[in-house]
Amino acid sequence: MRLEKLIAKHKKQILNQWFEVLTGTYPSDTARFLKANPDSFTNPVGGTARRSMETLLEALIKNAPPEELTPLLDPLIRIRAVQTMFTPSQATAFILDLKSILHTNLANKINDPQDRLEMQAIEKRIDRLLLIAFDIFVRCREKIYHLKATEEQSKIYRAFARAGLVRENIDDQPETGTSK
Amino acid sequence: MSDLPKNDELFSKLDHRPSGGGDWMDTPIDIRPGMYCYTANPKSMETLSAPNARKWNPMEEDWLLPDNWQEIIHEGLKDRLERFRSLKIFMDICVRCGACSDKCHYFIGTGDPKNMPVLRAELLRSVYRNDFTTAGKIFGRVAGARPMTLEVLKEWWYYFFQCSECRRCSIFCPYGIDTAEITILGRELLNLLGLNIDWIATPVSNCYQTGNHLGIQPHAFKDMLEFFVEDIEDITGVNVMPNFNKKGADILFITPSGDVFADPGTYTCMGYLMLFHFLKEKYGLDVTWSTYASEGGNFGFFTSHETMKRLNAKMYAEAKRLGVKWIIGGECGHMWRVIHQYMDTMNGPADHLEAPVNPITGTKFENAASTKMVHIAEFTADLIKHGKLDLDPSRNDNLRLTFHDSCNPSRGMGLLEEPRYVIRNVAKHFYDMPANTIRENTFCCGSGSGLNAGEDMELRMAGGLPRANAVKHMNQKYDVNMLACVCAIDRAALPDLMSYWDTGADVIGVHELVGNALILPGEKERETDLRGEDLPGREEEADE
Repeated sequence: MRLEKLIAKHKKQILNQWFEVLTGTYPSDTARFLKANPDSFTNPVGGTARRSMETLLEALIKNAPPEELTPLLDPLIRIRAVQTMFTPSQATAFILDLKSILHTNLANKINDPQDRLEMQAIEKRIDRLLLIAFDIFVRCREKIYHLKATEEQSKIYRAFARAGLVRENIDDQPETGTSK
Repeated sequence: MSDLPKNDELFSKLDHRPSGGGDWMDTPIDIRPGMYCYTANPKSMETLSAPNARKWNPMEEDWLLPDNWQEIIHEGLKDRLERFRSLKIFMDICVRCGACSDKCHYFIGTGDPKNMPVLRAELLRSVYRNDFTTAGKIFGRVAGARPMTLEVLKEWWYYFFQCSECRRCSIFCPYGIDTAEITILGRELLNLLGLNIDWIATPVSNCYQTGNHLGIQPHAFKDMLEFFVEDIEDITGVNVMPNFNKKGADILFITPSGDVFADPGTYTCMGYLMLFHFLKEKYGLDVTWSTYASEGGNFGFFTSHETMKRLNAKMYAEAKRLGVKWIIGGECGHMWRVIHQYMDTMNGPADHLEAPVNPITGTKFENAASTKMVHIAEFTADLIKHGKLDLDPSRNDNLRLTFHDSCNPSRGMGLLEEPRYVIRNVAKHFYDMPANTIRENTFCCGSGSGLNAGEDMELRMAGGLPRANAVKHMNQKYDVNMLACVCAIDRAALPDLMSYWDTGADVIGVHELVGNALILPGEKERETDLRGEDLPGREEEADE
């Protein structure tokens, strides 16, 4: 509990360092832009990242369950999943960096075994967050493949089928379902 | 098994940090799947007598270029510098102030600095300096010059096809440099070596041979429209059969073929049919469709000036053959840039046509006095303004709308108020997106200028992020559930974009909204909208 309060107290500093790490994964010109423009409509990557990271840190402190963490992390991973300059591990590694940031900021304040236990618990939550990111990333990639696979059918083929210009009836098509 | 990497090899390659920055000239090109479109089908290239038609793969080292490709590029650039004064000026006057650098949706979304408009232009400008300026010839790299190499050529191809020619960057340039023009000419140079993409080359070839992008023959085009007529009759009880190729009609109507052949544009097309039927019944206006000029879009615009001119010529030719007074154009994007900024000087003046005057309201369409072609949103707005349409906006009550300004109608011809005016009169719930994402500042759908393919989905989704992000905001703040637009590419591209970014909004053409609200003479009580879904307030009755 003591550690959680300490993190809350240093939240701003921790978030700034975490955001810095995230922007550091981009080329320097891009990183400069992501940090400098505070408008979330003309800088949706920077804006989404700041929002996601802040809410995630708060959720981690209060040990929120995965179903609460997922919607907070989703918008940021959704962006990184289509930024093809990143491999999957590069897209998600910033989550692990939160561990070292917490250490750097809190090392000299962790004194007794209870603190260390608390730190271990928080690190475990960060590991779990990485697994959630893995799920989201794969889901986003599946969504992209689904869009690629159904692109023509869902637009042109459907219009032709409705008009009876193709032999198969669209109603006879197997239900493919859609992933979010 | 022998192909599998050893453990230590695997670990030595594990690096969670992407390679860092450095000077852009030293950053090697990294062509990645998902960011480019498949290359042009040689058959389509041959139809157009385009040079160097062959199968080639951008992921392979050898792009099968002619031996003298450097000479072809040099001569091609020289020729265009002489012919297009704008190009010469755009090459010389940029001071690299950076005002445009963060305005491109592809830069914002992909995070790749070479998608900054200034850097994308610099790809071409560096070669221009090397080949055509004294400073560049003497000082080389110090003066921002570099010789044309295969690496540079590959960079051109990769990044000129990561620009949708939307021109958002151009409105921020203090010198008025239009970076889209640089992309246009860059692509034109690439075409000299046969370096086109198939999503452009094949529609152009189809359009050249059969009149529309999909290569649909006239009888099938007519079949589709007749099918819509049947659907409309089921919904309204009214037969709205249009004229086809009617000589002596008042007006020729031309729309992008996407409205005829691809959902959800097809519902917009039904809206056009209903509007023209209404005008014929009430005011005797005689509009005809053409099964030959069956494409408003012009992918020649994304290939070369000459190709654009060739495809555009059919509009005036068909108007002349049919002897109409003037032309109405449907909801389309780049079609309007071609019409508004090129057609008149390319294939005009169309002296065989009359300066457009709405015979129902008497309004003179001054801005179309020369091109003789009026945007349907402007035409409909004029009718509504004069109280000439019978409308029941409550039929769109289930829709909470926002409007996406398509790049070309907004920045290319200033069509900003008319679509909004129409929407506000045919639906009750309309909310504009944040000011820095609409009107002249609008963000591209991410799929314009021939990039609306399936294989470059990552590029499209990343590029469309700023647009989708604003729509999502509207969904969260105002429960917006429908994104209206006046462009066929938008109607094809935005549903995927809305779906990936989970915005909670679907996509609709403005004239689908008009079709829903329009009260046709003699119609029965409608139970569904044009998509066959229960009208608002009708759901419970349908359940009973």
